[in-house]
Amino acid sequence: MNRPTFSERCFDAANTLFLTFLMLITIYPLIYVVLASLSNANQLMAFNGFLWKPLGFSLEAYSSVFANPMILKGYGNTFFVVLVGLCFNLLLTSLGAYSLSRKSLKYRKPIMLFIVFTMFFSGGLIPFYLTVKGVGLANTLWALIIPHAINTFNLILMKTAFEAIPDALEESAKMDGANDLVILFRIILPLSLPVIAVMLLYYGVSHWNSWFHALIFLQDRSMYPLQLILREILLQGEASTMAVGASDSDMAMLTVTLKYATIIVATVPILLVYPFLQKYFVKGALIGAIKG
Amino acid sequence: MTVMNQEALTSPIGNKKPRALGLLLDIRKNKLLYVMLLPVLLYYTVFHYAPMYGAIIAFKDYSPRLGILGSDWVGFEHFETFFTGAYFWRTIKNTILISFYELIFGFPAPVILALLLNEVKHSLFKRTVQTVTYMPHFISLVVICGIVKDFTSREGIINDLMAWFGAERSTFLLEPEFFRTVYVSSGIWQHIGWGTIIYLAALTGIDPEQYEAARMDGAGRWKQMLHVTIPGIMPTIVILLILETGRMMNVGFEKIILLYNPGTYETADVVSSYVYRVGLQDFNYSFSSAVGLFNSAVNFTLLVFSNWLSRKLNDTSLW
Repeated sequence: MNRPTFSERCFDAANTLFLTFLMLITIYPLIYVVLASLSNANQLMAFNGFLWKPLGFSLEAYSSVFANPMILKGYGNTFFVVLVGLCFNLLLTSLGAYSLSRKSLKYRKPIMLFIVFTMFFSGGLIPFYLTVKGVGLANTLWALIIPHAINTFNLILMKTAFEAIPDALEESAKMDGANDLVILFRIILPLSLPVIAVMLLYYGVSHWNSWFHALIFLQDRSMYPLQLILREILLQGEASTMAVGASDSDMAMLTVTLKYATIIVATVPILLVYPFLQKYFVKGALIGAIKG
Repeated sequence: MTVMNQEALTSPIGNKKPRALGLLLDIRKNKLLYVMLLPVLLYYTVFHYAPMYGAIIAFKDYSPRLGILGSDWVGFEHFETFFTGAYFWRTIKNTILISFYELIFGFPAPVILALLLNEVKHSLFKRTVQTVTYMPHFISLVVICGIVKDFTSREGIINDLMAWFGAERSTFLLEPEFFRTVYVSSGIWQHIGWGTIIYLAALTGIDPEQYEAARMDGAGRWKQMLHVTIPGIMPTIVILLILETGRMMNVGFEKIILLYNPGTYETADVVSSYVYRVGLQDFNYSFSSAVGLFNSAVNFTLLVFSNWLSRKLNDTSLW
């Protein structure tokens, strides 16, 4: 056994080749964006085909991205939503997950059903919109935070993780006179760092990447998060308004590279935390996959 | 009558409602837990159940001045307008077609990738492939759509490549006939790696003895995959397939409204993007709510049905 036959070796070679090809397809668009953002706008305009290195290295696009007040404002708004949003997410999700993971809570099943039902049925976009407006959150950044305080899927994930912690710990804490709040914050949460990391990643990425609710709830442009500004630049072709201080002909040129620099600036934070959290998110995806 | 008798027999407390009483007792016993649950339940009530209640405006002529309660009832008028309107078949057809393409092309892709990765013996290579293919999942939709738009433009890379092979240049996102292809293939590109996680996990759960037994019986790697690996991950595949079917009507409309334009509505406009346009761009709240409610109802029915079917066929189900 164990000596690969000829056909097995052929398969292995083909498989390796295919997977390498797949990696290339996946990563090349990202590499292209990086290279294009570092290129000279004139040369990039005239160029067709695959980029393998920046065309006439230039950091002009980046300096004009960072000189733009809208981008900086957008960054600030996004940071606010991510940071404050994460606090809300963690607090509410862990409160819910903890209470619902307690076996002493007799009615946890019907309460769980009440919660899980919302995963399968919803009132729809318009009633949701009217509700958020109705409670007075429209045109505030809170509209991007409070209505998204809990994601049911994440709640189930956290509850599953809490249930895996031995009951004995809780019992002995109770003997020492600890109440549920103390148990949650002093015992359960410190023991649940992996699941907290998963929560930070899932909630953080979704806040960072979200744009649609900003589109429908915010009228005031000064509140726009980064993604909404990106949408104007990338998809609505309004990049020209971005290149402040450039002459008309320079501007047309600059917009070509400006798009790519903006993508990089908006994506780098996610890609920076990605390697640190990678070991956790696989775990998270797995707990989450267990039926709720 | 008989029902009442039964109740009297089974509950010793007589005609008091045992359930409500039990809840009160439980609240008393777990006071703090219920206090902790309160903000959570409040959240679900306000942001999930209130909109469900608000959906009754689908049966009314909602006017912001009169509010949800005060507006006049119109019965099924909005539903009739939708069902008989010009956009009914177009949006339904587009929704179903896009979901269907995602199901037949998008769904098997991570399964196949997981099977291929499973055959890789070199663990560093395997990890590298995984790390790289997960990555696009974390990039924002806006950026992904920006890249898609750029790459599919007339001067974009995909056209360069096609021109190199002698094909004619085309502006994919402006042509209705290419919209679905672009939508589905970019979706596969973005999520294929992420999708494999769960199958790879299911694969590690397969008992190695089964492979040994198969080898003893003279099964090669192909036969092993066919008779051990695939049956081993089948329950996972089925669960995900149910979920996918249940989401049939929920085509990711955020991506649609980022990519489509009036020229491609013909093939790109799905029910949920139509809800967005009519409701939040034309402020036709009640009509749009009716369309949305119809969508939710179809979704829910599909999910219940596929879950039932799967339980019948192979004992795997969500609930």
